[in-house]
Amino acid sequence: MAHQTALADIRGDGGPKADSAVVRDALGVGVAVGLSGFAFGVTSAGSGLGLLQTCALSLLVFTGASQFALVGALAAGGNPLTAAAGAFFLGVRNAFYGLRLSQVLALPRAVRPFAAQWVIDETTAVTLAQPTRRAARIGFTVTGLSLYVLWNLTTLLGALGAKAVGNTDAWGLDAAGPAVFLALLAPMLKTTTDRAVAAVAVLLGLGLLPVLPAGVPVLVAALAAPAALFVSGRRSGRTRDDAPEETR
Amino acid sequence: MNFWIAIGATAVGCYVVKLAGLLVPAGVLERPVVRRLAALLPVALLAALTAQQTFADGHALVLDARAAGLGAAAVALLLRAPFLVVVGVAVVVTAGLRAVTG
Repeated sequence: MAHQTALADIRGDGGPKADSAVVRDALGVGVAVGLSGFAFGVTSAGSGLGLLQTCALSLLVFTGASQFALVGALAAGGNPLTAAAGAFFLGVRNAFYGLRLSQVLALPRAVRPFAAQWVIDETTAVTLAQPTRRAARIGFTVTGLSLYVLWNLTTLLGALGAKAVGNTDAWGLDAAGPAVFLALLAPMLKTTTDRAVAAVAVLLGLGLLPVLPAGVPVLVAALAAPAALFVSGRRSGRTRDDAPEETR
Repeated sequence: MNFWIAIGATAVGCYVVKLAGLLVPAGVLERPVVRRLAALLPVALLAALTAQQTFADGHALVLDARAAGLGAAAVALLLRAPFLVVVGVAVVVTAGLRAVTG
């Protein structure tokens, strides 16, 4: 590690940010978030997935929220394609990250299929924070590599640990999944619209739970997003008459 | 088998959207309404998932130790605790309450 940092220092071209500083930032994010794979491994094993299935999800899907959503839906007895649909919709945001990243990183076309697997929240955050293309490329690569390796290792350890523990509910591990979702959700609730969408989604998700097949209520709850856009679109097209209602 | 179908479908779907962002011309996805929708979809999904995994037991709604665990996690979030601490607090409080109440 020290060797690597030293090399990066030597090659530093005196730009606005030293390569070693980029590597340090990227490793910080990669290590901190990579360790969360432990929570996924435990949750997935507790949801009834096998060791191979749990590890396959981290290796092949590699986008945390979708992985947690999928194992939660499967544990609830959801149809596999309904469960996959919820996970897929959660992963759609990565397409928008890729859009920004392809402009910043300017990757050769041949490299893109390989870089794509690392296009997630954390790599995007680190990459877009860099001042130069060189720093962005280093940030993306180091965050992606450290996070991918650690996330998969800790997934394996978590799954093995859950098996050793036995009844994961007695250890409160069934609370890990929703806590992860809450931690991911909290920073997204910035505007009134965000909070309204979240509130409507909670009501739909809970209200429809007793009457619809497992996994379907979450998909219906997702409709709160286009509904909010429709309502706010109509509002912005109207006059001030509606303004007092907007604050309700 | 069902689990593998779900894993396969999710893996392919999630990879394709990641790659799509890197490959498609910017104009297709840069429309404001599409961007807004992409930002709001995770909000709706995560909110519904949080609520369900806290209060659902099969098709029934229940209030059990998980709710206390999530409440503790919410407090940790308000105190700006790191990600793993938030999750750890939820787990510990849930387990503790179950141990106490049997």
